[in-house]
Amino acid sequence: MSYTIAEKILLNHSNLKEISPGQFINCEIDLIMVHEQLGGRIHKEYEKLAIDYVWDPNKIFFILDHWVPAPTISAAEMHQDARNFAEKYKFEHNYGYQEDKGICHQVLPEMGFSRPGMLIVGSDSHTTTYGAFNCLSTGIGATDVSVVFATGKLWFKVPETYRINLKGKLSKGVMSKDLILKIIGDLSTKGAIYKSLEFHGNGVNELSVDGRMTIANMVVEAGAKFGVFLPDIKLKNWIEKRTDEPFEFVHPDKDALYEKDFDYNLSEITPVVAKPSNPGNLAYVEEVVGVKIDQAFLGSCTNGRMEDFRIAAKILKGKTIDSKIRLIVIPASKEIYKKALKEGLIEIFINSGAVVGHSTCGPCIGGHLGVLGPEEICISSSNRNFVGRMGSPTSQVYLASPATVIASALKGEITDPREVL
Amino acid sequence: MNKIEGCVYLLGDDINTDDIVPSSALTIRDTNEMAKLTLKYIDANFVESVKKYNIIIAGENFGTGSSREEAVNVFKILGINAIIAKSFARIYFRNLINLGIPAIQLIWDENYLSHGDYIEILLDKGVIFNKTKNRKMEFKKLPEFLVQILEDGGILNQLKKTL
Repeated sequence: MSYTIAEKILLNHSNLKEISPGQFINCEIDLIMVHEQLGGRIHKEYEKLAIDYVWDPNKIFFILDHWVPAPTISAAEMHQDARNFAEKYKFEHNYGYQEDKGICHQVLPEMGFSRPGMLIVGSDSHTTTYGAFNCLSTGIGATDVSVVFATGKLWFKVPETYRINLKGKLSKGVMSKDLILKIIGDLSTKGAIYKSLEFHGNGVNELSVDGRMTIANMVVEAGAKFGVFLPDIKLKNWIEKRTDEPFEFVHPDKDALYEKDFDYNLSEITPVVAKPSNPGNLAYVEEVVGVKIDQAFLGSCTNGRMEDFRIAAKILKGKTIDSKIRLIVIPASKEIYKKALKEGLIEIFINSGAVVGHSTCGPCIGGHLGVLGPEEICISSSNRNFVGRMGSPTSQVYLASPATVIASALKGEITDPREVL
Repeated sequence: MNKIEGCVYLLGDDINTDDIVPSSALTIRDTNEMAKLTLKYIDANFVESVKKYNIIIAGENFGTGSSREEAVNVFKILGINAIIAKSFARIYFRNLINLGIPAIQLIWDENYLSHGDYIEILLDKGVIFNKTKNRKMEFKKLPEFLVQILEDGGILNQLKKTL
């Protein structure tokens, strides 16, 4: 049998000799990530099992990120329930008190927990992010989390794989966010339901690891179960800086079977947005230039990394944002915050008129730190623009790359970043 | 569990988890209070108007978005005991089965199924009878192990028996 990366990793985590797409199998989980959901539904659901253990406290990564520090009493209660559970079951990777650490999908890789070949699940749909690290990772609900806590296993349907062939190099002012928004627009938000997207080609090597994380983060917006990248030397260097744990790259077999092939030449990608209120509602930036905005947000698990901050600072250096715009900048982790401070990026943001916040999911889910009022329009580097996602149900969100977000903040209206770079 | 009958309530395409339970409602501690906000951005009267219905029919990509299981649980609280959709988002499909609610994938059209119809679903046969329209539809049966989860009233009930 010849296998895609998804098939290979699933097979390695099952007790079967061979598998094929469409088959239902049981797999051993290497790591599970949980966040506020632990204090939401998970802790209550788990107690129904009436057991006093979890299968392996060393394979659970717990962090609070959506509502930190707690903006409301009910969020604080949720945090208490989550922390109590983590203590009760003696989680070894318990970061429930370290509210300074950052967003789960940034912190977990930074700490070296996502490595090639692993099978990771998490209580968050954007758990697909770790596919950038040549592992399989996907989001699950509270009850599935309870099943993993109790048994360390989960059923999976072996997915068919779409091969996404990338070649060339992104042009100036164009980012990996533009590529993934284009892919989602082309596939539609239902175009890859239950599929694994496998990213191939020389174009992969041209993308930074930050950029690959942005892409893997958003594959779920096309319905995909996994978004996994072929590995390279950049990835090896990235991981080796963060962990001494050994790992082996996973490559697909040469004659693996792909359900479909998609080809993208990175040099032909141009800045795009997803218009309200669906991440697949693609438009070229030229089509929406001039749309007046009230707020711009740079941050989230999609785009709160150094690559994003560097291009933002390049655009903002020595300039101030439009006087009627609120610009909110949130690093995806404390590590990024510190690096950005050191490189002088935070000072550039502050001098430009931005509000720089501590690391949290915050405005992406309309949680805190920049909730939108009625009829307001925001351009955001985050991943979802559903009705009411960032606040009032009559507010509107355009998703875009960090470069487009910042260029738009400068002018007070949606702007092509190539004009200001 | 094998036979489910009742009136169907129609929803559209791409109904996402944020539509069903907005993020701002996720920190509400009382799940019954949370359920009162179900789909409020789509239809402010939904919770009132769904009272007479116990089956949802929807279009493509039902439940797209977040992993929040609350978006299944609120329907359960509101008395929904099956959802028929042209396609389901992956996590949402799992969440439905895990909480014991049949997720039936069926490309339906309005000649066979429309808002308010009284239907009967036979899970083991993969058949839906529309008693209002006197029509019969066939759907691809769920794999046996998923039916067993439904029979057991959800995956945690099933798991509890084995621990």
